[in-house]
Amino acid sequence: MQNLTLLDGQKFQITIQRLCRQLIENHNDFSGSVIIGIQPRGIYLAKRVAEELRKILPGHTIEQGDLDITFYRDDFRRRESQLLPNQTKINFIIEGKKVIMMDDVLWTGRTIRAAMDAMLAFGRPEKVELLALVDRRYSRHLPVAADYVGIEVDSIASQKVVVSWKETDGEDKIVLVSDAK
Amino acid sequence: MAGLSTRHLLGIKDLNRDDIELIFETADTFKSVLNRPIKKVPSLRDVTIANIFFENSTRTRLSFELAEKRLSADVVNFAASSSSVSKGETLIDTVNNILAMKVDMVVMRHPYAGAGIFLSKHVKAQIVNAGDGAHEHPTQALLDAYSIREKYGDVAGKKIVIVGDILHSRVALSNILCLKHLGAEVMVCGPTTLIPKYIGSLGVKVEHNLLKALNWCDVANMLRIQLERQDIKYFPSLREYTMLYGLNKQILDSLDKEITVMHPGPINRGVEITSDVADSKQSIILDQVENGVAIRMAVLYLLAGQTPA
Repeated sequence: MQNLTLLDGQKFQITIQRLCRQLIENHNDFSGSVIIGIQPRGIYLAKRVAEELRKILPGHTIEQGDLDITFYRDDFRRRESQLLPNQTKINFIIEGKKVIMMDDVLWTGRTIRAAMDAMLAFGRPEKVELLALVDRRYSRHLPVAADYVGIEVDSIASQKVVVSWKETDGEDKIVLVSDAK
Repeated sequence: MAGLSTRHLLGIKDLNRDDIELIFETADTFKSVLNRPIKKVPSLRDVTIANIFFENSTRTRLSFELAEKRLSADVVNFAASSSSVSKGETLIDTVNNILAMKVDMVVMRHPYAGAGIFLSKHVKAQIVNAGDGAHEHPTQALLDAYSIREKYGDVAGKKIVIVGDILHSRVALSNILCLKHLGAEVMVCGPTTLIPKYIGSLGVKVEHNLLKALNWCDVANMLRIQLERQDIKYFPSLREYTMLYGLNKQILDSLDKEITVMHPGPINRGVEITSDVADSKQSIILDQVENGVAIRMAVLYLLAGQTPA
């Protein structure tokens, strides 16, 4: 196994900060906007971004929820292992809001397709945007593009991009993992 | 990730504790789906399910059908009374004919014990037992235990008494097996004639006095007298049964604690339970029905997810 660290430490933090500033450019004080993290790994990104935004915009409410997409995936009954659901926690109304969906890695785009279906079960947002911490370029299976991107990565299908978080894994880090064959 | 240990749901007997916990956790997510404005998910959109009922049912059939539709499965319903079964067709032939129309799963209720097990050995589809004679009714037991878990947070250590016609009840057997798996203490209560002789071998207590049983328990699950399965008289009269084993407000109020009252339905009001008890705060009968849909969605989802196409 070969690991290549793409981003960590202070640079990781600067990237999160930049994404927050870009969000504020388009969403001002977030009064009509909400953040939704995609289960299982996108919720850490969403939590971190929401936390940073609260620091930058004190006194403003930043709504942030978790969205599980298991029941909307297109590979149910097409894989060997069982797909088990996670919790969905959206304690606010998305009808008429600007929704920013967040996931750690954007790869084939299939997760985002499922997430849009899952989210629309909660209402009709005014607008939906996508923020991805890592964009694995040129590997899309569906016509999906992110509005905000942390870093862009060129990778091949056998490689994996793993994002670790301080809160759960002890360290902020983005690693490109290649199987040595 | 690990799924269920079984390909069919024929009885609680085939499940282990992990299976039951998995079904409960999955049901939790489906319960939140059922409280959304759009109560439907597309998971089973390429699955066709046949509900085959050789015996009457209201709740179970509707509950399964709703669960299937909310998972976006295609559903066909079949009731034996309006079918070729009355023309002499065998069970395997009936089901194989239905399966020839490309059906993936079969939900079956049948008056004979073991019908589901028999079918699972002879046809290709996945079978869900919706009640087989006086044998098992696994989804009912799961939703009963799930409702207890919802009310008390945990099933382990809770004391549950099952009152009534234990001898003819599939709900009783499945409930006992399920509750014991989850670490609850179980007691059965009823007239001697309606309690199977070797019930003690399942590790349950036996009590013939309703008041003593109620004083012991946290939850009382009141069963219906299954007159349709009783070929002989097991007690002198229904009125006498009600006097000795019917739950009324007076008995409930005489207890020094507040117990929870359950009933799998259909209720015979004024026989095993009076209206004021059935409709009281202590009754979670309608919660059971609500949870039934979530539990059945979980079971169907977990079973359907096993088959790689």
